[in-house]
Amino acid sequence: MSPLLDVRDLRVSFHTEDGVVHAVDGVSYSVDTGRTLGIVGESGSGKTVSSLTTLGLTRSRSTTISGEILFEGEDLNTMSADRLRRIRGNEITMIFQDPLSSLHPFYKVGWQLVEAMRTHRSIPKAAARERAAELLDLVGIPDPRRRVDQFPHEFSGGMRQRAMIAMALANEPKLLIADEPTTALDVTVQAQILALLDDLQRRLGMAIIIITHDLGVVAETADEIAVMYAGRIVERGTAEQIFNSPQHPYTWGLLQSIPRLNTPRGQELVPISGRPPSLINRPSGCFFHPRCPYVREAHKRIDPRLEAVEGDPGHEVACLLEQEVRSRIWRGLQQGRTPAELAALAQPEAVSQTGQAPSLAEGPSA
Amino acid sequence: MVRYIIRRLLWVIVLLIVVSFVTFTIFYLLPSADPAVLRAGRAPNPALIAHIRHVLGLDRPFYVQYWRYIKAVILHFDFGYSYQFSQPVKSLILSRLPATISLTVGAVVIWVSVGVTAGAVSAIRRRSFLDRFTMIGSLVAISAPSYWLGLISLLLFSKDIGKFHIFDGANTYVGLTANPGRWFGSLILPWLVLAASLAAFYARLLRSNLIEAMSEDYIRTARAKGLRERRVIWRHGVRAAITPVVTALGIDIGFLLGGAVLVETVFNIPGVGRLAYDGIQNSDLPIIQGTVLFGAFFIVIANLVVDIAYAFLDPRVRYT
Repeated sequence: MSPLLDVRDLRVSFHTEDGVVHAVDGVSYSVDTGRTLGIVGESGSGKTVSSLTTLGLTRSRSTTISGEILFEGEDLNTMSADRLRRIRGNEITMIFQDPLSSLHPFYKVGWQLVEAMRTHRSIPKAAARERAAELLDLVGIPDPRRRVDQFPHEFSGGMRQRAMIAMALANEPKLLIADEPTTALDVTVQAQILALLDDLQRRLGMAIIIITHDLGVVAETADEIAVMYAGRIVERGTAEQIFNSPQHPYTWGLLQSIPRLNTPRGQELVPISGRPPSLINRPSGCFFHPRCPYVREAHKRIDPRLEAVEGDPGHEVACLLEQEVRSRIWRGLQQGRTPAELAALAQPEAVSQTGQAPSLAEGPSA
Repeated sequence: MVRYIIRRLLWVIVLLIVVSFVTFTIFYLLPSADPAVLRAGRAPNPALIAHIRHVLGLDRPFYVQYWRYIKAVILHFDFGYSYQFSQPVKSLILSRLPATISLTVGAVVIWVSVGVTAGAVSAIRRRSFLDRFTMIGSLVAISAPSYWLGLISLLLFSKDIGKFHIFDGANTYVGLTANPGRWFGSLILPWLVLAASLAAFYARLLRSNLIEAMSEDYIRTARAKGLRERRVIWRHGVRAAITPVVTALGIDIGFLLGGAVLVETVFNIPGVGRLAYDGIQNSDLPIIQGTVLFGAFFIVIANLVVDIAYAFLDPRVRYT
């Protein structure tokens, strides 16, 4: 059976005055009912654009979209605007990063929920209002009957995101796309919102796509994770695979920039150096090469493709380093070494010693 | 809210007293002409002028004149007698009010409907030919002074002196109750002239606000909900962008109710503005004083109404 949402080789480019922005460049992913897909990447990696495109919200004269977005076997990309509108907010819904600016400041929360319902189904106003209160209750907002008559500014940040979730659930969607749902919230509230999404998924059995720049957010909730960089997926696998044996230097960077309780005191978080590349003039070869500590000369010319990781079914990575070298570097990073120390491991002379790692790699614990 | 309104109303009174004092002072220090001389006839003799001056109270010190005036206004709501018409200022203004209201209301209907539509269409079809055409047209309309536009429109379209005899010209105003058809016909040109620059201003105001509103996150939410684009624009976009337009509308209506001096003068419509103009021409202090106070009253009340309306337009605004 085909998955609920199956995105195949999606490409989105915007034609701007400065040039063509290749926001999404050949991305494929799928998610099934009851499953959660995490899409992780920095801002500008194309993760939001790919999901907005799913809903047809990037369509415009200056946008070129190609590829297939199969939802229950139907291609959303070629669907008429009006048919897609009927699916949007109904079968596929979306919540956004900043819950204050995402709710209309001039309308009561209940009104906004009722509007979401009555757009897609003919339901009497009173019944819709009743259901709005039930939905607020469902997402854990206390005193929902009073709350439906309040304005968004009378809600706290976490409450607003709960209200957004309630609105997204109003029509019992099959797929919920959460774009940075917790980024604007306090850490404790973040955890609550993630737990709520998890709980709702179990009760309502929908598919969820969580888009985030923070691997920590998807650690607990996602079944599969796709790591995006510069409009492409650079690594994909189950959450377990991504966290236990990450293969891509960019994924390592993301993992190392998460603070952990068990990080030894005094050890600094390692940020990924450099900035995300321009999507107009993209780097040659591997898009990550200008920021990759393990870059070789050849990587500046060769464009890596997503390939299966040997001995790890379902795990794919787009990296030109040999798998053996990658595992050695990751082990080194886990032992607390810095990328600068490990960079030599990636160089051809080190690899040519047929697996014999130079002394540098044999840390005290080896 | 009630306390807020009461407080504001008290300030209105203070403000009006200040306005009256300033007007009085300006007229006293810089009179356009001696009112007593103007009223003394073709061959005035000094005794007559002195007599008139005494009758009008102009021989008393400045502060006594002002005190008499303001006392009558506050205690008896009496704005004095016009020097030139020898009638109470209050009844003169009230008799001129219907013409001013007619002019204002008709112009409001035109400029709001034209301005809001043009602004919304321009914002949504941004950078299109229609948008550019509207914006250039509005720039021209804003730049054209209404007296100039009024005279040009008369020279082009009025039935008497125009090149194309389409609309009634100047001097044709009749009351609504006297003859509705002629009332309407006589006001078409004044309405259009008065509305032109305001419609242009409102179009530009709404356009810029709507462009900003349409890039807001809640518009993306509205689209993600699957709303029809028309609903996204009008219920979500325009609703958010209209607040400053309503503010401007309140102030502009208040301002025009005080008398559209230029348009009323060009078209010779017997409104409050025309009365003020005549008062200035004839050094008729009570008329000037009365029309200025009257105009100021409408402006401050309009401001108050706008501020109160704000609380209803934007639920985030609360007054205490």
